[in-house]
Amino acid sequence: MSHALALHGVTKRYGNFVAVDRVSLDVAAGSFLTLLGPSGSGKTTILMAIAGFTVPDAGRILLDTKDITALPPEKRDFGMVFQGYALFPHMTVAENVAFPLRVRGMGRAEREDKVRAALDLVQLSALGDRRPQQLSGGQQQRVALARALVFDPALLLLDEPLSALDKKLRAELQEELRALHRRVGRTFVNVTHDQDEALSLSDQVAILNHGKLIQTGEPAALYERPATRFVADFLGKSNFLEATAEGGVLHLGGLDLAQADAPASGPVLLSLRPEKIALLADGETAANVAPGKILSWSYLGAGYSLVVDTPMGPLRASLPSWRAPIAPAEGLAVRLGWAADAAVAVAEDPA
Amino acid sequence: MRRDTGWWLLIAPAFLLLTLVYIAPIAQVLAISVMEPSPGLGNYERLFTSESVQRVIVTTLRICIITTAIALLLGYGLAYVIALATERARRWWLLAVLVPLWISVLVRAFAWVTLLRRQGVINEGLIAAGVITEPLALVWNETGIVIGMVHYMVPYAVLPMLAAMREVDPRLLAAARGMGASRGFAFSRVFLPLSMPGVIAAGVLVFIFSLGFYITPALLGGGRTLMVAEWIKLQILDLLRWGLGAMMATVLVLAILATLVVFSRLVNLRRLFGGGA
Ligand SMILES: Nc1ncnc2c1ncn2[C@@H]1O[C@H](COP(=O)(O)OP(=O)(O)OP(=O)(O)O)[C@@H](O)[C@H]1O
Ligand SMILES: [Mg+2]
Repeated sequence: MSHALALHGVTKRYGNFVAVDRVSLDVAAGSFLTLLGPSGSGKTTILMAIAGFTVPDAGRILLDTKDITALPPEKRDFGMVFQGYALFPHMTVAENVAFPLRVRGMGRAEREDKVRAALDLVQLSALGDRRPQQLSGGQQQRVALARALVFDPALLLLDEPLSALDKKLRAELQEELRALHRRVGRTFVNVTHDQDEALSLSDQVAILNHGKLIQTGEPAALYERPATRFVADFLGKSNFLEATAEGGVLHLGGLDLAQADAPASGPVLLSLRPEKIALLADGETAANVAPGKILSWSYLGAGYSLVVDTPMGPLRASLPSWRAPIAPAEGLAVRLGWAADAAVAVAEDPA
Repeated sequence: MRRDTGWWLLIAPAFLLLTLVYIAPIAQVLAISVMEPSPGLGNYERLFTSESVQRVIVTTLRICIITTAIALLLGYGLAYVIALATERARRWWLLAVLVPLWISVLVRAFAWVTLLRRQGVINEGLIAAGVITEPLALVWNETGIVIGMVHYMVPYAVLPMLAAMREVDPRLLAAARGMGASRGFAFSRVFLPLSMPGVIAAGVLVFIFSLGFYITPALLGGGRTLMVAEWIKLQILDLLRWGLGAMMATVLVLAILATLVVFSRLVNLRRLFGGGA
């Protein structure tokens, strides 16, 4: 059975420094939540509070309806994959996985069955007799997962489980982790500073900065409708247009902007994703058109990344490289166009 | 080949010096042990025939084993506290452990005599408190020797164990507790086995040191309980039985070498356990 988790106003201070500032979160039973934020934003601190290794200075943590804020870690029954995995070097893989079962005083036969099943789950049945230091990084990661799942934990907590791996292996294990989540149907709480990992794995992403929760939502919702400049910038790439509204029309750099649901007046900050900007062919037009010259460009395999100098300032645009209509060159004159609903208004972050 | 010769020339002075002051005397001791008073293995026969020789060996081993065991227990507790202390507290603890090392063995032995003798602070205090009526025999016997030696050895026990404990990743203990282990279970199944290489190293160090201990047993044993080192001195300087003394010295050196050989086996175990790196 999977459990729901809720944080109410969780706060953690170190001296005068507020590491976690009134964070409230709801994690539905069986869902996959990722805490995403830059280094030092308080992700690990929140995870440690959920696990019971740090006690929050204020706020409550609820498992379903039970208050677990003050419960010691060994009473919580949560599985945890630590940063760096924390496998026991003096035990074999099988002994590592058996550890939580030993703690629970489970009989030998049952223990062996469970260990075998857990190692099967992560496809490591053949390596049960090895020591952790005889395994590759990806294999160690899987042992850590098996060990965290073997005792049917109420919740699985993962602290940057993939950060020590190379890019290709990371992508592979991301898929495995997703599949694993679907198979075991538990509630997962994951921590990462890798936006791709957060977007591809999670049902819900919570974005943190300076210990504060900035925005929570499904990956697509966060990407398409970021609430603040920080979210738009941290999740993917974005251009920022600082325009002024006057009588329902936006002005920037001497040009008028067509923008869906623009406010009537005042300053407006727009986030415009590079992939939503098109390179207009001769005679083609769009709701918004900005002429300009290519300032710099780079080839990324699947596409080009262009920086185009326009009257609105430099804009970053991406262009698929397959049958590209132009060959990018510095100084080349181009016209950029985007739809009225391509950009979204975002709030400036409080300083 | 020629380059090798060059190196040899460079280390030749050091080599000569070592041979002269270190290896030569040991070789001479070995020679004396089979030459005096008459050529042959007569001195070594005493190991099996002489009750007094056997008694001295058994006494030495017993005192060394008891000393090592107590020093390891105390040292482990101390090292554990130091390993878990904050950075600042750790510095004070280390200072407290190391300061006794700078005080002369002689001074410390006399200090123990004044504390432990019949009219010493401890006996007087216990009598005043009504715990005992007759003073306890705490010194000039094996008890006194063990107390003095343990006091001397504890720092040597603490240091290797502390080094091993500080290599234990604290996240492993957190992981154990996160999986439901109580503090005790996490300690016995994770911390203790991972700090074992340090315990073994400390045990060997203390045991070897104890085997050849001279001043402390001589002063605190009061001449009644003889350990090997004092016995050798007695044979050579007082009884002029050079052959017998040299034989025992040789046995002592061999015992130390044997301990080291066993130890190096155990160190390989450490690689098997994957402790450290
Ligand atoms: N024990 C502590 N004492 C003092 N400050 C701490 C302590 N633990 C964490 N902090 C501070 O709290 C802040 C949040 O730390 P935390 O480890 O939660 O960051 P994080 O988001 O996990 O970062 P990273 O991505 O680098 O792991 C940091 O600025 C850190 O310096
Ligand atoms: Mg962290």
